[in-house]
Amino acid sequence: MLGGAAPREPGRAGQALTGLPVNFAADLASILLGGLAAGTVLFVVSVGLSVTMGLMGFINLAHGAFAMFGGYIIVLAMNRAHFGFAAALVIGFVGTAALSIVLEQFLYRRLYRAGELDQVLFTIGLIFIFIAATTIAIGPESQTLQLPQALSGQLNLGFITYRTYSIFLIAVGFAIAFGIWLTFERTRIGAQIRATVDNRRMAESLGIDVDRLFTITFAFGSGMAAIGGGLGAEFLGLDPQYALKYLVYFLIAVSVGGLGSVLGVYYAALLLGVLDFVLKLYLPKGGTIFIYVLAILMLLVRPQGLFGRKEL
Amino acid sequence: MNAAAASETNNVEASPAALLENPAARILSRRHRLRWWEALPWILGIVFYFAFPDYLGFGAELLVTILFALSLDLALGYAGIITLGHAAFFGAGAYTVGMLAYYSVWSEPITSLALAAVAAAVIGALSGLVLLRTKGLTLLMLTLCTMALLEQAANMAHDYTGGFDGLPSLAIAPVFGVFEFNPLYADTQYLYALGVLLVCFGFVRTLVYSAFGQSLTGIRENVLRMHAIGSPVRRRLVICYTISAAIAGVAGGLWAQTNAYVNLSTLGLDRAATVLIVLILGGYGRLYGAFVGAVVYLALEHFLAQLYPTAWQLGLGLLLVVIALFARNGILGLGEALWRRCRDALSRRKRAGSAAS
Repeated sequence: MLGGAAPREPGRAGQALTGLPVNFAADLASILLGGLAAGTVLFVVSVGLSVTMGLMGFINLAHGAFAMFGGYIIVLAMNRAHFGFAAALVIGFVGTAALSIVLEQFLYRRLYRAGELDQVLFTIGLIFIFIAATTIAIGPESQTLQLPQALSGQLNLGFITYRTYSIFLIAVGFAIAFGIWLTFERTRIGAQIRATVDNRRMAESLGIDVDRLFTITFAFGSGMAAIGGGLGAEFLGLDPQYALKYLVYFLIAVSVGGLGSVLGVYYAALLLGVLDFVLKLYLPKGGTIFIYVLAILMLLVRPQGLFGRKEL
Repeated sequence: MNAAAASETNNVEASPAALLENPAARILSRRHRLRWWEALPWILGIVFYFAFPDYLGFGAELLVTILFALSLDLALGYAGIITLGHAAFFGAGAYTVGMLAYYSVWSEPITSLALAAVAAAVIGALSGLVLLRTKGLTLLMLTLCTMALLEQAANMAHDYTGGFDGLPSLAIAPVFGVFEFNPLYADTQYLYALGVLLVCFGFVRTLVYSAFGQSLTGIRENVLRMHAIGSPVRRRLVICYTISAAIAGVAGGLWAQTNAYVNLSTLGLDRAATVLIVLILGGYGRLYGAFVGAVVYLALEHFLAQLYPTAWQLGLGLLLVVIALFARNGILGLGEALWRRCRDALSRRKRAGSAAS
């Protein structure tokens, strides 16, 4: 389902199994890099979902719609207003975060204490609205993102030459994961978030303003989703169905990683990316079935996810 | 009430007749009686047959949707199992009927539906045994993954299932060996679907008013308390999920028979989301929600979606948001609230009138 970040070379990779061992190492590295790049995008999109779900227990299926919204802002800012890639990413982040604050204040807020079913319906409704609005405003065709010159070439890593953009993605993803992790572990707001994920009522009675905390993390998470949408647009494509197409992947990353755990989502997303890449290469027909099987088995053994705290 | 009568009504061994003197007991015992308006849907069903002979294909689709939504109501509305993957069972039933007919193994329609129910029930029981250990987001994810798994499996087994294109032109034997399915004129399909729906609805109605059905509602409302009074919660849920799956399988099989083909659309997220919307629109946890929801949804879709597909999706999204925010009990819930308000206003006025005189 996730597109490969690298041009697919099934022949070459297939040969590697029977061919020379030197080739095999290079192929393994190229598969790993491609998978990690796809996984990184998955992480950047999903991390906000994980934290907001962990905080409020709110099942926000419309998270992918925020990623799509941001992706569109970024691509349109580049294609129509001729902003640079970095500037467009910032615009996408700010625009999507602003939209999410408005939606959170006026709509989401009413459903915090509602049942899961109402949250699911509400967010599915939002997905439909986003898809239809995008189709009406921009059109059903897929948008293409033109990478800046500096990122579109090949990079020589010594042992292998690979797409610069994939390497860039992996590096950016690592930096983001490290930054968020640091914020979680070392800042006051991070401590408040961790406390609220662990025990919301206790955190509230200690005077933490959970509603405000949620608004901030929700806006930040939606902004990250927007950046993920922009970063991934080059190989995931960007069309109005985006919000629904990758939803299962975002949800698997979040639930396998464990709600409210940044590192958990990071590892789960990278694992999912690599797995998907390998399966696409060796089992182009229906290889994704193994991802579902693994996700099901995983969630049965550890319903709280790899890094989630067990519910009391 | 004197002391003797009070002790009698409190006594579990009291005779039923004595119990019925208690107003609460009377309401409880009357709750599941057939009311006059419960014949309405079926009368309308027959009227539709004579009034709109050109729309019988649409009518059959409507009946299948009602049946499917009814099966979801059992799991979601009564037992409170929130699932996004109910189309898994619909598809299982459809493919059972479709493959049996396509490979000329078995094409007798009614027994085919029974086989479809069995196939879907087996999948429902197996998945239910493991899925229903979880709740919340994990449960939602697992139901979604199970459906995606089946969809992928059906896609992969291209040689048997026809993959993305599905199995076309199924030859279904005549109903009771007499009434043939005519692909151009869907009168047999419509009446057959109406009959199947009537039988299944009778079953579901009996089930939800039974002690078993009551315990399901109890689990939905307060699972801790049901555990505390010693109810075998997990077993009840699995049984309910299995029955719900079986009925969804019948709906799927019926869909394959009335359309004379089967394809991957029977298994997808689209169908699962649609049936959820249909049920919520009508009102879940109430027997007739599926009927109202399916009629409103399909009528809207039929007239609007062809004209303005994008606007239809936008409207559907807005509708869902509005339902989730303001009308959690669907159309029937709104109607009930209105009715209650009118009744209260009337009785207040009557009281005011009698007080004045």
